[in-house]
Amino acid sequence: MNPFSALTPIVLLGLTPLVLMLVISFHRSHRLAVLISLVGMALPLALLAGTATSAAPPLAPLLIIDGYALFYIGLLSAATMVVVVLSYGFLERVPGNREEFYLLLTLATFGCAVLTASNHFISFFLGLEILSVSLYGLVAYLRTTRTALESGIKYLILAASSAAFLLFGMALIYADLGTMDFTAMTSVLAAKTREPSVLLLGGFGMVIIGAGFKLAVVPFHMWAPDVYQGAPTPVTAYLTTVSKGAMVALLLRYGQYGGLLDYDSVASVLAVIAVLSMFLGNLLALLQDNLKRLLAYSSIAHLGYLLVAVIAASREGSHAVTFYLVAYFITSLGIFGIITALSDERKEADEISDYRGLFWRRPWVSGALSLMLFSLAGIPLTAGFVGKFYVLTAGVLSDLWALVILLVVSSVIGLYYYLRIIITMYLSAPEDPSSPLSATRRFSLPEGLVLAGLTVLLIWFGIYPAPLLSAIQAAVGSLA
Amino acid sequence: MSLAWILLLPFAGGLAAWIAGRWSDLWARWIALGTALLHLLLLLVTWGVFFTRVAPAPGGWLMASKQPWIPQLGISFHLAVDGISLLMLLLASFLTVLAVLTSWTSITRSVGFYHFNLLLILTALSGVFIAFDLFLFFAFWEISLLPLYFLIGIWGYENRVYATTKFFIITQGSGLLMLVAILGLVVVHWQSTGVLTFDYLDLVGTVMSDTKAFWLMLGFFIAFAVKLPVVPFHTWLPDAHTQAPTAGSVALAGLVLKIGAYGMLRFVVPMFPQAVADFTLTAMILAVVGILYGALLALGQTDLKRMVAYTSISHMGFVLLGIFAGNELALQGAVIIMLSHGFSAAALFIMVGDLQHRTHTRELGRFGGLWAVMPRMGGVGLFFAMASLGLPGLASFVGEFLVLLGAFQVNMPLTVLASVGLVAATVYSLWMMQKVYYGANTGDWQVDDTSGREMTVMASLIGATLWLGLYPQPVLTTSGHALAEMKKFAAEARATAARPEGTGSAASGAVAATSPVGGERP
Repeated sequence: MNPFSALTPIVLLGLTPLVLMLVISFHRSHRLAVLISLVGMALPLALLAGTATSAAPPLAPLLIIDGYALFYIGLLSAATMVVVVLSYGFLERVPGNREEFYLLLTLATFGCAVLTASNHFISFFLGLEILSVSLYGLVAYLRTTRTALESGIKYLILAASSAAFLLFGMALIYADLGTMDFTAMTSVLAAKTREPSVLLLGGFGMVIIGAGFKLAVVPFHMWAPDVYQGAPTPVTAYLTTVSKGAMVALLLRYGQYGGLLDYDSVASVLAVIAVLSMFLGNLLALLQDNLKRLLAYSSIAHLGYLLVAVIAASREGSHAVTFYLVAYFITSLGIFGIITALSDERKEADEISDYRGLFWRRPWVSGALSLMLFSLAGIPLTAGFVGKFYVLTAGVLSDLWALVILLVVSSVIGLYYYLRIIITMYLSAPEDPSSPLSATRRFSLPEGLVLAGLTVLLIWFGIYPAPLLSAIQAAVGSLA
Repeated sequence: MSLAWILLLPFAGGLAAWIAGRWSDLWARWIALGTALLHLLLLLVTWGVFFTRVAPAPGGWLMASKQPWIPQLGISFHLAVDGISLLMLLLASFLTVLAVLTSWTSITRSVGFYHFNLLLILTALSGVFIAFDLFLFFAFWEISLLPLYFLIGIWGYENRVYATTKFFIITQGSGLLMLVAILGLVVVHWQSTGVLTFDYLDLVGTVMSDTKAFWLMLGFFIAFAVKLPVVPFHTWLPDAHTQAPTAGSVALAGLVLKIGAYGMLRFVVPMFPQAVADFTLTAMILAVVGILYGALLALGQTDLKRMVAYTSISHMGFVLLGIFAGNELALQGAVIIMLSHGFSAAALFIMVGDLQHRTHTRELGRFGGLWAVMPRMGGVGLFFAMASLGLPGLASFVGEFLVLLGAFQVNMPLTVLASVGLVAATVYSLWMMQKVYYGANTGDWQVDDTSGREMTVMASLIGATLWLGLYPQPVLTTSGHALAEMKKFAAEARATAARPEGTGSAASGAVAATSPVGGERP
């Protein structure tokens, strides 16, 4: 098999922003831009069905297109398609040029795809920077509003400084191991019997800091609430799913090859980060009245849960991480999708009080939103429950009892704020007819279809997760 | 024979009621009632069939159906019914019929969704009673919270948001604790046999060290104790009961408390015999504390509904006492109390609901002299006050007598203390009658007596209580057989697993050691 044909999905993802750029410079059309982005994301997805089974050789030292990478590329492109559909409705309501938004969005996904397939520090860093630079633009896309600018600058400064940490960490690891290739690292590390040097551990620490910023885990989480709140809601959805998902995918691969998880000290650092994220995320979410801020803290907690499975890096650990991510993608895209679709020109539907009595006016929407929130809370019949169950199983199988118990305790704390949103929707509607959301926006057909699809997937994977599990086992199996 | 109809029927009926509710409230009510009645009828037929083969062939003590569900993790859709499950199913189905009837006029807001929730409770609890896969059991256990959460949160009284949130968080927390215990059990089994399975029949004979057994037992115990509720874990119950609509209270007292007792009978006792034996004294003390404390607090209440809620805690103490006394008499008694309390608590909550519907108050101090205006209701109240205090000839007497008889052989001083609870029950039952029905009608109440519909509900409960009190033998036979078989099965499974070859553990076709997940040992 021609090694370059294996690259097709990534090449297609890279071509999409180029095509978009050319088209925009000749003919501005919002619909056309959306269409091109959708096709650009759908093509690699369609190709995956053909290539997923063939185990491709690593392409030179930089990229490795195995089943694992393909699975994640598929997941990320699918999520991007959802974000594109949501963005269409959102951007229709805002003034200014809209087409460049999709340029940045597809470029960011290209960066994510490189991250998931990278087998080398160079591709790791390149992918990350492509992603980050596009995100600066996306977060501050509504540049005339103060909040968007504020969050854009916040994100820029913090992401840039975390990239500096990451680079420094890579340099330290290179100084110690003499290689930047993940596969080569495995053999170098295997040959070493001595204790890890300070240089290596320092490098690991810096890499964790760099990755931690992207994942917004405690104590690198400061940017998350402000950026989540200030960014356009579709971008928030993108930040919380695609950008974090790609980073987790890379972390798993690097953890598996780069010996990151073989050292007790690194594992304990990650465990501390996980525990802090779970508790701080859930506790601070209790205090929020803004839904987007609340979801930012909830996302911090969920990444903490995920880290537990990452630490349990046994096979079940990587399966659990992947399943949890899929469930989390579906749920988060659904919630942010509903927030986007309910907002109109006058008001963004991001205060919890906006949802008061929603059930009595829009039973389907609030039913779907309740399901999504139950999924985040880990209640059965939803994908989130199976994900949390799988994470707990992985933790118990690796004898991480303390982490498992702490996860359970913190998720009980987390229940409270999910329930608070749900019960708000079922309270009687406010008397005041002039309240912002008394006449909520109707969904457009694509929005309705996408949200209905997400809800169906949520239930389907919650009731019958076996097919998804076998797909994940086949894909993640190629990692080991 | 597939048992899935036990779940599918109420669920489909609930959906139908919800959809029908978009056009007509009355249709929703009739569909819900019809579904629940059909469910009850089919279960009675099943009981009849089961009853005719009380001494079946060895191993034939339960009807089972099993489908692979998540084979990667050794999870199957394993449903089975034995005598205890069947009795609990009958209770659930019967009380759901009554719950629909009691809501006939009092619920007027989104009637379709309301009945969907009622039937979803029936579905989830039926699932709890017939799930023989621990993952499945846990899933149904958690699902049963959702409809109750909505019932209390949407149709409850003034302080409903607080009550429903508290209820949900506490019970969900205990559920997660149980999940950890389940996972621990599965992992212990996996480590000793190399088979990853959640199947009850495989796990029941797991051999483990005493320390592990104790901690796992404790995990299960606390989860079930929160539902039962045992005294330090009871605080959600009075709030949830008081704020719930009548049907919600019926479901809570009649059914939700029972899944705690059922869990102890089904899981704690057979799986960890040694740990349970070590824990007996503590559990029995907790039970006696619950009996006395519940009764004492019932006496101190000024809210009628809250008072009935506390009497539930007291009665559930007897169940716990019976389960941990552990001999056949006591276990049988516990099963009878589960049923009899289902009837009497349901009746009392329905009575309170009817009173509140008429007078718009639950304050004991504002009632008085109601016998004069509603003698029929007064008679019913007197009957269930007597049932609650354990009058011979009525259902609770049989259960409490058996429990005390059994517990006496295990621990005399505690049993003596527990029987003081009966005296306290007499005091609070009569006190309630005194406050509500006797004396002068100081509140100047002019209200209608019970309607035909309300009387039908009460009559059926009276009939059930009398029947269980006068002729409990069919129930005792059914449950006794199941209890004995369950114990025997667990002992045999343990003996097989303890054999050095360890060949018998994969008996019922769990995931083989070659599965991708279970294949490797750490």
